[in-house]
Amino acid sequence: MSDIFKPVTDFMQTKIPIGSWVETFIIFLRDNLETFFDTATEGIETVIDGLVDILLFIPPPLLILAFAALAWLLAGRRIALFTFIGLGLIFNLGLWIATMETLSLVTVATFISLLCGIPLGILTARNKMANNVLTPLLDFMQTMPAFVYLIPAIMLLDIGVVSATFATVIFSMPPTIRLTGLGIRQVPEELIEAAEAFGSTPRQKLFKVQLPMAMPTIMAGINQSIMLALSMVVIAAMIGAGGLGGLVLRAISRLKVGMGFESGLGVVILAIILDRITQSLGKRNKKNA
Amino acid sequence: MPKVVIDKLVKIFGDHPEKALKYLEEGKSKEEILKKTKQAVGINNVSFSVDEGETFVVMGLSGSGKSTLIRCLNRLIEPTRGKVFIDGEDITTMDKNALREVRRKKLGMVFQRFALFPHRTVLENAAYGLEIQEVDRAEREKKAQQALELVGLKGWENNMPDQLSGGMQQRVGLARALASNPDILLMDEAFSALDPLIRKEMQDELLDLQKKMNKTIIFITHDLDEALKIGDRIALMKDGRIVQIGTPEEILTSPANEYVEKFVEDVDRSKVLTASDVMKPPSPLLMLKDGPRVALRRMKENGLSSIFVVDKERTLKGVVLAEEALAAAEKGEKTLDSILLTAIPSVSSDTPVTELLPTIAESKLPVAVLDDNGKLQGIIIRGSVLAGLAGQMDKGGTADV
Ligand SMILES: Nc1ncnc2c1ncn2[C@@H]1O[C@H](COP(=O)(O)OP(=O)(O)OP(=O)(O)O)[C@@H](O)[C@H]1O
Ligand SMILES: [Mg+2]
Repeated sequence: MSDIFKPVTDFMQTKIPIGSWVETFIIFLRDNLETFFDTATEGIETVIDGLVDILLFIPPPLLILAFAALAWLLAGRRIALFTFIGLGLIFNLGLWIATMETLSLVTVATFISLLCGIPLGILTARNKMANNVLTPLLDFMQTMPAFVYLIPAIMLLDIGVVSATFATVIFSMPPTIRLTGLGIRQVPEELIEAAEAFGSTPRQKLFKVQLPMAMPTIMAGINQSIMLALSMVVIAAMIGAGGLGGLVLRAISRLKVGMGFESGLGVVILAIILDRITQSLGKRNKKNA
Repeated sequence: MPKVVIDKLVKIFGDHPEKALKYLEEGKSKEEILKKTKQAVGINNVSFSVDEGETFVVMGLSGSGKSTLIRCLNRLIEPTRGKVFIDGEDITTMDKNALREVRRKKLGMVFQRFALFPHRTVLENAAYGLEIQEVDRAEREKKAQQALELVGLKGWENNMPDQLSGGMQQRVGLARALASNPDILLMDEAFSALDPLIRKEMQDELLDLQKKMNKTIIFITHDLDEALKIGDRIALMKDGRIVQIGTPEEILTSPANEYVEKFVEDVDRSKVLTASDVMKPPSPLLMLKDGPRVALRRMKENGLSSIFVVDKERTLKGVVLAEEALAAAEKGEKTLDSILLTAIPSVSSDTPVTELLPTIAESKLPVAVLDDNGKLQGIIIRGSVLAGLAGQMDKGGTADV
């Protein structure tokens, strides 16, 4: 019985070399774009280190007050109070330096995500082809286990904060692309007609009507991207991100539950502060819209 | 030269219009074509022209192709075949830049559900057309401000659109269309989303504005009353085709076919209009004791060629014609006795308008509207019947004496 199927199973077991294709591709990238990756590495490293230096240069009590004030301005009194107490706790637990490192990485990674994600989102809204190509790619990016991104990141950029940023960017970009596209597509047809009837150029239509009206949705995308970037901190620490994620890793390897919990708490506090502030930015936009 | 000329315009919705076009030429109906080719006929061989300063109303039931037609004029929808000329220039063959210039300079559009930009203030909305023409800020805000004042929205500049009522929002829509001072206004059911009273108000205002501005207006509606009131000419559409084009009077009095007739009948039957709805206040009046000279002066002052005479109880006594009053005055007569015409066409105030039409058609004089006691309630001149037909929303509003 099994003999009948042997040729079939044999054939089916002839491995399709997807893995080696990807490997070849990444090695090709590494060998041919070496200078590009080197410059990018240097640039991103400089920015992140610079940001960490600035954040650590300011006396923590002052910075805590400044963050609380910012939260008050953007999100109201309750969030400001939370920011004040939360950051105070982080300082108290001795997590200050690690938190500032994590904050810098997340900030830079999110910034790069937006820089690439918003234009790509606009592209998907305006061009059906681009949408058809990008949608499955985004599904892929979001479902591929995040650890997998670490390998090409190391191969292309070596271990360190930059490859951690790279992996974080890849992992956190999809919501910004998706929700930018969605926000633009959701602008009512009538308003597009109005913009066109008065003689708007495609550019004017985009900047004066579509983007402003899509802003609340885009903000929701940005919020999600930030949250995803934060969820990557531990994974990113495996390739040298340091920060709170690094502390968690160390706690795991030494089985120190208390230290693990404290560092984890730091991530949670940071996440809540960033989440509430970006959410209320989105709401404010909606009110204006 | 007409301002807008539309020549054998066809719009087929679908990816393969060729077959549908062929069937159209063979005279197949919209349904047949849809069944056979899956292509929807939006408009079918429409031709007409609109003169400068004219208000041209396109009327028809839902799905008859009105919106499609008006969107072909500025190519928000690309026509499948046919031509559209504005000031003699063919819109359909223009490249994008030329088309954009025409949209910016010559065409203003007002939308059924206002289509205001919710993230912009009232002033910024009104200034949108100028803003995209890169008119500098001070200049465009000045013009937008003027447009807003024109539509009665002074003081609302810094509000957001959703803080305004429907009627006010549509005023913003109108101001936005007027601010860049286009020659042509395209209005797609601009008042249909408003409740009846506001709607009537907006119609009146549009008429007022039109007197000042003399734009060429193409106005879409599915409401005959509105069409009669606003239109200099009316085109009736059915299934993408124009069934009749004519002045309001022509449409009412000589409907081209059953379809139009039904449309017109519906109006009469649904809202039984009576003489009192369409009459005007009877002023000025003469008293019996007045002489020919007074009669002459009153007529002259008011630009009339005849004037009604009543007694103290307002009972109608007769009518005096201008030329006869002049003759009598020259002869030095002191009373109206010799020139008073007593055979006056008159109707009672509850006579249905449909029955008025023959009386009005036959009479050169205004028709008097009397109550049961023979007292003068109002007068009807030819034009006021149509105005009344259109303005029946506010039954009795302006017609009160
Ligand atoms: N984008 C489209 N795709 C396919 N068919 C369409 C499209 N737009 C309009 N049609 C069809 O064209 C015909 C005319 O539609 P149109 O919107 O011009 O009617 P209308 O007279 O404006 O109706 P209403 O009073 O409901 O606004 C309808 O049969 C409609 O189904
Ligand atoms: Mg319509």
